[in-house]
Amino acid sequence: MTQPIIQLKGFDKFFGDFAALSQVDLDIKTGEFFSLLGPSGCGKTTLLRSIAGFETPSAGSLYIDGKTMEGVPANKRPTNMVFQSYAIFPHMSVAENVAYGLKARRLPKAEITTRVAEAIAMVGLEGFGGRASHALSGGQRQRVALARALVLKPRVLLLDEPLSALDKKLREQMQSELRRLQRAVGITFVLVTHDQEEALTMSDRIAVMFDGKIAQVATPQALYGQPCSRRVANFIGMMNFLDAKILSTSGDTVEVDVQSLGKLSLSLSQATGGIEGCNSAGVRPEMLTILTGSQTAEREIEAVVSEVFYYGDMTYYDVRLPFKEEPITITMRNTAGRTVLAVGENARVGWSASSLLLLR
Amino acid sequence: MTWFQKWRRGEGAQGLFLISPTLAFTLLLLAVPLVLVVALSFWTQDYLTLHRTFTMDNYKTAWSEPMYQYLMGRSLKISMMVTAMTVLLAYPVAYFISFYVPPKRKAMWIFLITIPFWTSYLMRIFLWKVILGYNGVVNGSLMGLGLIEEPLSFILYNQNAVVLTLAHAWVPFAILPIFVALERVDRSLIEAAEDLGDSKLRRFFRVTLPLSMPGVIAATIIVFIPTIGDYVTPRLVGGPNGLMIANMIELQFKKANNAPLGAALAISAMAIVTCVALIFIWMNKKYIRGAK
Repeated sequence: MTQPIIQLKGFDKFFGDFAALSQVDLDIKTGEFFSLLGPSGCGKTTLLRSIAGFETPSAGSLYIDGKTMEGVPANKRPTNMVFQSYAIFPHMSVAENVAYGLKARRLPKAEITTRVAEAIAMVGLEGFGGRASHALSGGQRQRVALARALVLKPRVLLLDEPLSALDKKLREQMQSELRRLQRAVGITFVLVTHDQEEALTMSDRIAVMFDGKIAQVATPQALYGQPCSRRVANFIGMMNFLDAKILSTSGDTVEVDVQSLGKLSLSLSQATGGIEGCNSAGVRPEMLTILTGSQTAEREIEAVVSEVFYYGDMTYYDVRLPFKEEPITITMRNTAGRTVLAVGENARVGWSASSLLLLR
Repeated sequence: MTWFQKWRRGEGAQGLFLISPTLAFTLLLLAVPLVLVVALSFWTQDYLTLHRTFTMDNYKTAWSEPMYQYLMGRSLKISMMVTAMTVLLAYPVAYFISFYVPPKRKAMWIFLITIPFWTSYLMRIFLWKVILGYNGVVNGSLMGLGLIEEPLSFILYNQNAVVLTLAHAWVPFAILPIFVALERVDRSLIEAAEDLGDSKLRRFFRVTLPLSMPGVIAATIIVFIPTIGDYVTPRLVGGPNGLMIANMIELQFKKANNAPLGAALAISAMAIVTCVALIFIWMNKKYIRGAK
């Protein structure tokens, strides 16, 4: 196991009395695409700015490439940042912007020219070098910001919500382009985002943050499949929650009484955040099915359709289970021959005990 | 509807109505006197009678007589020194207020800077005389400390005193435009410069200063144009060697009884100021076009 490129130990950051970050421990591996995901105000941007050197920790330590960053200013760190606003220098052309960091390093002119040309080509802006920076579109500014940072060949590229200012289509295009770029250059990318879909599609690993603390660090699949708490599960995709009461545990099995579903015995591994304090059972909407005709499932329960949202390829149903006030959501793919149920109709809901998660 | 009624209801008429008091004031008290001065500069005066035959003689004298050339040069030099000194003094103050004063105190700082205007300019000049004079504060202190044997004479009644007094008077006017320009510099640009490897000093010269240039140029114009024509200050603290072109213009109109020559000197000075101002405006345009 190689040593992590970024290592945070017991990292705290206070703004006055407000704890923006508290006791953050985090390892980011060399060469991975890592995302910091969380709602606004959760401290993810503060964490990124701390790595860049724009915030000094109140306590704890940060190592980049094994070296302590204590007292190392932003301009001496092996990191470069793509700012949320892109921070393109308005008094300089595209090429001058990209050359900025190389000039700061006082490299020979010929080397600057070739490296700038390479970087501009890498982000697909050939022929734009002489363009004034105020004559660029949002997507182009983003590319200039990327080229300006990548041309310095940093150990770590920090991206502060770089796609939030772009429209949907351009954002999706830039997502795949960022991914391609990261694979091509092999630099560690650390991305801050509040968009869970963006984090899931782009990252190797994701850290979910709430209230200045890291809630879970996992791969996208593990995060979606085995969230460690209700809060994480709710933030990453949709999840239905049912009240649950732990009756007993013995060895690898847990006896639980789940609202509407009755007494069940589940595997201990389904308590993804640990069994202690679990008080709800969660199930993803796509893990439930509405059975039609002679279809059967491992387990079935009667329900009443209370709302239907038709999306073309998918239908989202809100159905009411017995003994539960709030309806739960089921998503169904509209395959050939499948009829869409109407509000008020009865539905047989198929489920399996293995798709339940026990959560805090 | 006649064209007049149509025009009366249009936006043009409303605009004209809104500016008409100012327009009348400007026409009567600025444009008309200016036209008269221009006309006067082409005439000749013989004791108390004016000869209204067109002549270029006044301009020939104004531009060829060594004394006038010399005074014009000195005026330009003094006002350039004042401008340079003012902008150099104002920039750090504006920078401090913009970057180091907490946002909620900025308005108070700007307000404090206007305090000198609460006293009349004449009063402030006399105070400078008290400070710089033969038995003034500076000389008194230095002699009291035993640093000098006899009062320094080079600090009052010369060009240095004019520059110092004018710079002090104009600094607040220079602080404001520079402050506004610095406030508009996006802080993330400065962070980006740091992130890309620039030290504090380098990022100031590569990002902050170029982006605040419109403010610096505005300050330069604001200070340069009025100071070149200043006549109270050189008169009171300038001594014989500190006199400027405006003092000569006054002399021509009054004691020398040659209003046409005074007018020609005034128009010439105005032309020179216009040229300098145009250069600055052109420079400003270049910066504004770049920073959008």
